[in-house]
Amino acid sequence: MWSFSGIANNIHTWLGEHFNATWTMIIEMVIAGVAVIGLFALLGLVLVIMERKVSAWMQIRLGPNRVGPKGIFQSLADTLKLLVKEGMTPDGADKLLFNVAPFIAMIVAMLLLAPIAFASNFQLWDLNIGVLYVSAVSSIMVISILMAGWASNNKYSLMGAMRSGAQIVSYELSAGLSVLAVVVMCGSLQMSEIIESQRNGWWIFKGHIPMLIAFITFIIAVTAETNRAPFDLAEAESELTAGFHTEYSGMKFALFFLAEYVNVFIVCAIGATLFLGGWMPLHIGNWEGFNHAMDYIPSSLWFFGKTFFLIFVIMWFRWTFPRLRIDQLLNLEWKYLLPISMINLLVVTAMAILGWHF
Amino acid sequence: MGASSLIVLIIAAVAFSGIAILISKVLLKATTNKQKGEPYECGIPTKGKTWTQLNVGYYLFALIFLVFDVELVFLYPWAVVAKSMGWIALVEIVVFFFILFMGFLYAHKKGALKWM
Repeated sequence: MWSFSGIANNIHTWLGEHFNATWTMIIEMVIAGVAVIGLFALLGLVLVIMERKVSAWMQIRLGPNRVGPKGIFQSLADTLKLLVKEGMTPDGADKLLFNVAPFIAMIVAMLLLAPIAFASNFQLWDLNIGVLYVSAVSSIMVISILMAGWASNNKYSLMGAMRSGAQIVSYELSAGLSVLAVVVMCGSLQMSEIIESQRNGWWIFKGHIPMLIAFITFIIAVTAETNRAPFDLAEAESELTAGFHTEYSGMKFALFFLAEYVNVFIVCAIGATLFLGGWMPLHIGNWEGFNHAMDYIPSSLWFFGKTFFLIFVIMWFRWTFPRLRIDQLLNLEWKYLLPISMINLLVVTAMAILGWHF
Repeated sequence: MGASSLIVLIIAAVAFSGIAILISKVLLKATTNKQKGEPYECGIPTKGKTWTQLNVGYYLFALIFLVFDVELVFLYPWAVVAKSMGWIALVEIVVFFFILFMGFLYAHKKGALKWM
């Protein structure tokens, strides 16, 4: 059957027959590198046009509709425009930090792709501490934002970066605690084992109400962590011009923009993996016929379907809730989300020990 | 692919960003003038230094965050074995959370969680 892991295995055996071990490894590395760059660029283009189309749909307007059929090439045209714009460095800026910051943002976004299972048996690195790796690497993101804001020599940038720092570190806590609920339930940090434990049902269904609470907490926290509306104080355009990337232009700005969108994809992919079963098809109890029919849908389609559904939900938030003030934002985290997710974790632990899940 | 995938990913990220920036450098002819390098603050000339003192609230939150983040690191190994250890794991974590929560209440009482 046609699948990603089948293609990967075919390439591996073909290379093994024609080259020696060293060259096989090098060629595989190059293929993997080109593939992730392609995925990155494609995700950027797709998510930008998706964002604009979803916003247009929510506001009953057409959205971009000039370039290509239904305007699907609009983001490609935008990229070309950004490519010929000058990437300036302001005179008073800290030149080194200013130019290194977009690279760090890109590296972090790229590194987070490693433990994500895109299809069954199709994963760059199935490390046994996958969940811990994700939360460790994703917290480096805030360093690039602080670097960009500090180095710009612009008051708006600095304010935006400080707000963003306070926000990201705060919401990391409840995101981590809600992820731990899943880890307690299945007793492993490895992505493939977490997906395997959801073969007979996704955790959001198996774990009853406490798991649902963990899922909702996770979605709220990652929306804040990726600086998306209604938590987009860091780049509140009506008060801070563009936040930490005010001074960035041309390709350096595009890199920040791309990293931001890929981060949204990654957190949604993690959410889909932990709570919605990753590439596992939807199975309902003893409905043999239904389960068989669901198995025919390729696993990659399941994964991308779930992930893009979560991305759609996060875009939906943007047009539903007004932006929060900084004190409201920090209150929401420290006085509501954090205690709720701590108590929720205790309830989930009791459930796991009692075996109150199926 | 194993741990070597991290090297591949880092190289891919640096190559991607580097090539993109390089292409845009090649494609355009940059001109300079005095106004161009000024910080963009809504067209009004900038006053004073940028790197000044900021609201202390940010640092207070960073300090409380540090406490809870270290707690989170301790929770990861606990979470893996919690199910197999049984009730003793739950009792231990309740004691741990209780101590932590006292500290949290103290910070709350002192007004560290109030935005100034």
